[in-house]
Amino acid sequence: MNNRNIVLFVGGIVFGFGLAVGGMSKPEVVLSFLQLKDFGLIVLMGAATGVTFIAINVVPRFVEKPILGGEFKPRTRILNRNTVIGAVIFGVGWGFSGQCPGSALSSLGIGNLPVLLGIAAMFLGAYVMGRFFG
Amino acid sequence: MFPHGVTSYILGGIIIGLGVSFVYILTGQHATQSSFFSSTISYFSKIPYFNRKTYLDSREWRLYFAAGVILGALLYTVTISPDGFWTTSVQWWRLLIGGFLVGFGTRLSSGCTSGHGISGIASMSTASLLAVITFIVVGVITANIILLLGVTP
Repeated sequence: MNNRNIVLFVGGIVFGFGLAVGGMSKPEVVLSFLQLKDFGLIVLMGAATGVTFIAINVVPRFVEKPILGGEFKPRTRILNRNTVIGAVIFGVGWGFSGQCPGSALSSLGIGNLPVLLGIAAMFLGAYVMGRFFG
Repeated sequence: MFPHGVTSYILGGIIIGLGVSFVYILTGQHATQSSFFSSTISYFSKIPYFNRKTYLDSREWRLYFAAGVILGALLYTVTISPDGFWTTSVQWWRLLIGGFLVGFGTRLSSGCTSGHGISGIASMSTASLLAVITFIVVGVITANIILLLGVTP
């Protein structure tokens, strides 16, 4: 395991721990937001985005480049038809099941074995997308 | 609006943000989730889409990252979780159909709740902001239609 992979592994542990602390490992909690019963998900996303905003926009003013090398580049995506159509399809799946990629992985960590079905289906969905529409 | 308070949500969000920030400051990588599916498929498929440089370059660390996410939630479960191991009551066919659409949609859109939602908005990307608004609005509509149809949970 090289240094970069160790960092990603540790970062993943922190990420997964945070998802579980915030209840996102439970599809029921995500659905309670989407049913507009509990707005906690937006608060969680806001807090996560706020912290990340500092790392992406403020830290590079004081640190020239990433400590293990490479460069700081904000995450940019070009807005096109696929960005929006994909977001619509993701939204339907999210509202249908209360799962998203990160929350599904963390759900496995809290012992929620039925989510394996959801994760397998995500792989299949990603495969069909790349195979026929990529 | 907040039947369970906001503390766990704020705390969870800050911890997630710290994980993403830790990775970004050390490696310059955006620790996002949904590319993991496409990059992992590149180990098994020769289809050009999955063998793009971006997936081949990231597939190894994305596996470590995903393993970390699972382990982090496990760590929570065996330490401070009030409920211990837990299983959803959401029906299997919802997980299956929803999962397929999540996999397809996030890859077509090039991002999910973490990629567009956390890293994208923190990068002040207009495309990501629009994607987030779109999947939240559509998610709310879908979840409520299903609730109105009497499917619980």
